[in-house]
Amino acid sequence: MSRVAIVGVGQTALKPFSPEVSYKELMFEAAVKAYEDAGVQPRKDVESFIGVSEDFWEGTSIFDEYLPDQLGGALRPVCTIGNEGLAGIANAAMQIMTGQIGVAAVESHSKFSEVDRPLKVMQMAFDPILNRPLDFNPHLVAGLEMARFLEVSGLPRNDCAKVVVKNRKCAIGNPLAAYPAKVSSELVLKSEETFAPLRELEMSAAADAATVVVLASEEKAGKLSDNPVWIDGMGWANDTPTLESRDWARARYAEWSVKQASKMAGYSAKKVDLYEIDDTYAYKEIQHAAALGICRPADYSKYIRGGNPPINPSGGSLGCGHTLDATGLFRLGEAVEQLRGLAGRRQVKGAKRALVQSWRGVPTTAGAVMLLSSNDAALAPAGKGAVQ
Amino acid sequence: MRRVCVIGAGMTKFVRRAKETGKELSFEAARMALDSCGMEFKDVQCVAQGTAPDAFDGMHMKAEYLSDGSGAYGKPYSRSYVGGGTGVFTGCHGWWHVASGMFDTCLVIGEEKMSSCFPHPQGAFVTIFDNFTERQLGPNLVWIFALEMNRYMTTHKIKKEDIALVSVKNHGNALDHPSAQLGMKITVEDVLNSEVLAYPVQRLDISPTSDGAAALIFCTEEVARKYTDNPVFVDGVGWHLDTSYWTDRDLYYPKYVEKAAKMAYKMAKIDNPRKQIDFAEPYDPFDYKELHHMEGLQLCGKGEAPILTRDGVTQRDGALPTCPSGGALGVGNPIAATGVMKLCELFWQLRGEAGKRQIKNNPQTGVAQAWGDLMQVGTVVVMRSGGARP
Repeated sequence: MSRVAIVGVGQTALKPFSPEVSYKELMFEAAVKAYEDAGVQPRKDVESFIGVSEDFWEGTSIFDEYLPDQLGGALRPVCTIGNEGLAGIANAAMQIMTGQIGVAAVESHSKFSEVDRPLKVMQMAFDPILNRPLDFNPHLVAGLEMARFLEVSGLPRNDCAKVVVKNRKCAIGNPLAAYPAKVSSELVLKSEETFAPLRELEMSAAADAATVVVLASEEKAGKLSDNPVWIDGMGWANDTPTLESRDWARARYAEWSVKQASKMAGYSAKKVDLYEIDDTYAYKEIQHAAALGICRPADYSKYIRGGNPPINPSGGSLGCGHTLDATGLFRLGEAVEQLRGLAGRRQVKGAKRALVQSWRGVPTTAGAVMLLSSNDAALAPAGKGAVQ
Repeated sequence: MRRVCVIGAGMTKFVRRAKETGKELSFEAARMALDSCGMEFKDVQCVAQGTAPDAFDGMHMKAEYLSDGSGAYGKPYSRSYVGGGTGVFTGCHGWWHVASGMFDTCLVIGEEKMSSCFPHPQGAFVTIFDNFTERQLGPNLVWIFALEMNRYMTTHKIKKEDIALVSVKNHGNALDHPSAQLGMKITVEDVLNSEVLAYPVQRLDISPTSDGAAALIFCTEEVARKYTDNPVFVDGVGWHLDTSYWTDRDLYYPKYVEKAAKMAYKMAKIDNPRKQIDFAEPYDPFDYKELHHMEGLQLCGKGEAPILTRDGVTQRDGALPTCPSGGALGVGNPIAATGVMKLCELFWQLRGEAGKRQIKNNPQTGVAQAWGDLMQVGTVVVMRSGGARP
């Protein structure tokens, strides 16, 4: 199995609103940055383009129609993957691993500020026969899940607020972030209890942005880049889509994804230097950390106080903003910056390996995990924590 | 690169209004494909789902909703999507899951339930147009394909009668397909006398709207040997998407299909498709599209497809059987499921299991193709029987 490298990332700043640009202009900006970073000519060098998007968020059916031009992909192999951004990366990586594609680009974006009635769109994701007639706010599912998670895990309620404090503070060091702030646990716990026990400040706010990632085969990466970042392992999985039959306490999609990714990489999630994991809601960071084997929920507070590999040094979705299915790509880009040693104020010293994890949001149980390593780490033998 | 095998196929009956939900249709097709090769859901390592616009079912993130019906519970699962080209593209999507070395088995599944879109799915198509420049005009697909059909007919001086022959052939072929929605014996006169929808498109020029699902089992050669002595090989895949600005293109010829076909042929080491391909399943949502796509697929020169059709070359007993299944016109057109149905037809024909539809003389190589978006995307899969080597 040949290795796949990330050789370029283009990211626009995350913003609560972006009336000054269309989604096409947003995509174009990210694409130009990514191609420049990778040193590729899209019309000549990029052999496959993948857009990760969903029709209802775009307000356009068959959205792949509007992908090619601003990516430089007209009359080239272009397709849509309808999933989270990291699944788009996995599909591009598989294309490269067949040996038929040398360089591929993956794009995803959010133009959330232009979605007229986002809650109505989210409601359309519920089972049309069993759930949708109940006409409830989709975030209610997160409230219910949080309640169950707190009950089963024994996690102190106030620890969820600490996630918000940490991530919004980290975002202060991130020039791309939309919601950096110094907030206190008290403030978080005083915010409105929107979907009990979930509180308003524990829900990430949406942002507009586009991300483009350029991937290359080992052979092409050697020619294109001095500091490629390698995809050592990838995993993605779906739990049941029905609300009625899922395990409300555990993020099993993350457990399955990390198992697959670790097996491929030959090292466990514990052998990395930083984590970029999903924090769409504050409790989700703790639930995902448990699923990935980073720390038990009861130990979370201790974990983030200690000198452990940091969770979400980027600021996460709580600090930077949630960019729909582009969220995973944005966080992948953050991890790539870290592994290249270019993360500025938020740089994790000596970061050689990173884990990125994503979740598609309510009401889905779809998620993915990527294990990445820097070019120097790739020369070193794999970690000892290989999963059987 | 690993050679990818197909060892099982299944499809539901294509109908105008299925009582089953999309999940149930997907499950039925998946179960049939697994049963056809003696596999269970647990034997499948991953699932590649194809399904076209969410607007049909009114389901946001439709693939997530379908996932348990498609057997994706606890498995790596993703949805690929290129409008009308989705079905055959799902074959490309499944192909890279196995060819990459990531997985040894993959369930490839296409589902569409158009009837949920009330009163008619054509309403959903208004939302595929550019929201600044086109949508205000209230266009639909029949109009724009009328433009394309007209351009094709005008450029090559093609008579409507010759195009109608495709409709007659495919509706007739579908009589032999047990899952077909619209198998019927009609004449050229019937087509020419059917209701004009947007000239030159008439009612019998168009495929019906349908509900249905179809599935295939992809695997490595090693796995295939455990289940069958007679696998079929996916030897070439290709896809290309042209610019969104369809009004800037000359619609007489599908360049994107040519590019997609050449990508697949190169992979399959086919340098003379007219000689090396024994039969074809081009996408035929409209009768002229079969002709248009035969030309794009390099199975004949530009403007020659109507002549081949008139000469009977594309009949099931002709030199180049085309849409022996009955195609979208006859079997039905549940968009993403149609393309997978065409891949199923390649599989059954190459295995000699197509029953009354079986092409004579032991076909060795077949090509399936789908098309969609704003007359914009071509997706192509080449399959070979076990006996043929590249």
